[in-house]
Amino acid sequence: MTEEGMRRERVVGIGAGADAVQPRELCTPKDPATSKELATEDMVLNIGPQHPSTHGVLRLRLTLDGERIAAAEPIVGYMHRGAEKLFEVRDYRQIIVLANRHDWLSAFANELGVVLAVERMLGMEVPRRAVWARTLLAELNRVLNHLMFLGSYPLELGAITPVFYAFRERETLQHVMEEISGGRMHYMFNRVGGLKEDLPLGWLDRVAHAVADVRRRLPDIEELIFGNEIFLARTRGIGVLDRETIMQYGVSGPVARASGVDLDLRRDEPYLAYGELPVKVVTRSAGDCNARFQVLLDQVRVSLDLADACVARLRDLPPGPINQRLPKVLKVPEGHTYAWTENPLGLNGYYLVSRGEKTPWRLKLRSASYNNIQVLREMLPGHLVSDMVAILGSMFFVVGDIDK
Amino acid sequence: MADLLGIAVRLAVIVAAFLLLPLIVGQMEHKAMAHMQSRLGPMYAGGFHGWAQLIADGVKFAQKEDVIPAAADRRVFAIAPAVALVPYLVVMVVIPVGPGLVGVDLDAGLFFALAVMSIGVLGVIMAGWASANKYSVLGGIRAAAQLMSYELPLVLAASSVAMAAGTLSLQGIVEQWRWWWLPWQAIGAVVFFVAGLAELRRPPFDMPIAESEIIMGPMTEYTGLRFALFMLAEYAGIVVLSALTTVLFLGGWHGPLLPGPVWTLVKVFALVFVVIWLRVSYPRLREDQLQKLAWIGLVPLALLQLALTGATKVLMT
Repeated sequence: MTEEGMRRERVVGIGAGADAVQPRELCTPKDPATSKELATEDMVLNIGPQHPSTHGVLRLRLTLDGERIAAAEPIVGYMHRGAEKLFEVRDYRQIIVLANRHDWLSAFANELGVVLAVERMLGMEVPRRAVWARTLLAELNRVLNHLMFLGSYPLELGAITPVFYAFRERETLQHVMEEISGGRMHYMFNRVGGLKEDLPLGWLDRVAHAVADVRRRLPDIEELIFGNEIFLARTRGIGVLDRETIMQYGVSGPVARASGVDLDLRRDEPYLAYGELPVKVVTRSAGDCNARFQVLLDQVRVSLDLADACVARLRDLPPGPINQRLPKVLKVPEGHTYAWTENPLGLNGYYLVSRGEKTPWRLKLRSASYNNIQVLREMLPGHLVSDMVAILGSMFFVVGDIDK
Repeated sequence: MADLLGIAVRLAVIVAAFLLLPLIVGQMEHKAMAHMQSRLGPMYAGGFHGWAQLIADGVKFAQKEDVIPAAADRRVFAIAPAVALVPYLVVMVVIPVGPGLVGVDLDAGLFFALAVMSIGVLGVIMAGWASANKYSVLGGIRAAAQLMSYELPLVLAASSVAMAAGTLSLQGIVEQWRWWWLPWQAIGAVVFFVAGLAELRRPPFDMPIAESEIIMGPMTEYTGLRFALFMLAEYAGIVVLSALTTVLFLGGWHGPLLPGPVWTLVKVFALVFVVIWLRVSYPRLREDQLQKLAWIGLVPLALLQLALTGATKVLMT
């Protein structure tokens, strides 16, 4: 084979983007005098868009000095699906489908924001049973979301077992969620004015069972990972985020509460039935990876308690409707409103502007992960590549929630 | 002629053991890990509890395309898996299983085993450098740093036993062994085992591979059979490390009731189980924490053991 043919074969062998690869002759300088020492120059390392610790297609452009990160730049948008633009050409029923997809781990909570905004604009009164059922489902959804991160974070630090325990618990809860909604991720159970259907017979007992099971087995995860010396060494004092930075970047949710920012909309600006529930807000002051992980675990406990309280309340409520009859064409009166909810990953807001048509004129989405991830630029420099994984994992983001 | 036949039989047995034991360890890891994680593990291949899973894996690996990246240093890239694997085969030649049951009884067997074992790491460094991949380079350099720091406690701990037995022959060490060596050499045993784990890059010392940060480290660009050879090297390494620990610290074939070789195997597999157990239950250390553990943890402990052995020896004579 000719030299040219060999080279073409080599380049073809690594597929798209092969043009950027230098021919081998250029990579191995023959003259030692002109060759550079690798150790003296910074290496640019692209973490992602496809990398196991980015949970999808986040890209981080790291400048490395050895293994130490000199600069970090999050590059987002690989998964941009134009959700906000699509909101403008879908009617209010269809929007719920779109809205529950950006953060695929908290689909129910995403749906909530949209229906709350629309109901507020319509001035619609939601039946009490629906309000309590929504609260219950939102808390179960929060537990599902947190369990995912409780499993995947140790995995990123090399502990392969907790994820299986976390998924066992998730499965227990998925069963009841699946029974009521038919979905395992994108529940689509919210409707403007209430829920899609009434609760099945005996479902509340099964929820109570599932919640009790999860609470009983939660220490499995805790005992396996929390006291572990290596886990502590990898997470304590790593990626400390201070209050000031959090305020500037608009970081919210468990990540912010781990740094002592005591904000939780469930308590501070109650929506649904949270006003009647004793919401315990979990905070930590250390602001490091370990604190963020602890907040997550404690929030699971709080949410399980809240779920129990909702079940008890739903049992006491007199029978009644679970949704409102809607007109065939649902039009929202002219005006605008901002509905925000405490999503599992942080503040999730919808700014709804209507011109009285059957589609919104504009529906701006404020997603938690987008803000939470921007702060990586400040956090990463100075840390090692291994710490990068520890920090990235502890920021609890979903790529769809970043890119929308 | 009889000599020649004897050597041929011994070598055949060693090669068979070399090919079989890593597979058994692999299968054991599949199943033990699965049950610890509330799963079942392989259940279909071969019928009975998926016993043939690793054979199926091997067949699959053999069918895969052997990809060499365009910018790779082809020759180094190609021989790296062999460099990683062969040393473990060679070490197995000198490990005694029972009295007289050894491939070759070298006078400097311990020295030979340790020297050859450390060559295996070179394969990983070669792979990391030759792959022309940034993740591989990082992994290769991590592996090199790990080798540098863990070789020392490994050798120090082993030399303590050699001092106690007064010989470098592995066969001789086991013959000298008495039950009270267990408490006497306990620190050395732990240091040796931990340092050996680090040299094999097994969790919690799998920094060079760290699939969640540098993908698969030096193995990132490897496919098919070459990748399978790396995996085989890892499991052969586990067998060799467990066998060496058994021979040096746990008294090899000594034990009541059961015949000697059975005792050796029992002890080896008990240690293999510990290796698997550690992987299931521990997260991964960071590179600098790993270095710290070696230099301010294991090296002083190994020196302490050496001093203890020396002092006891002097007092006894």
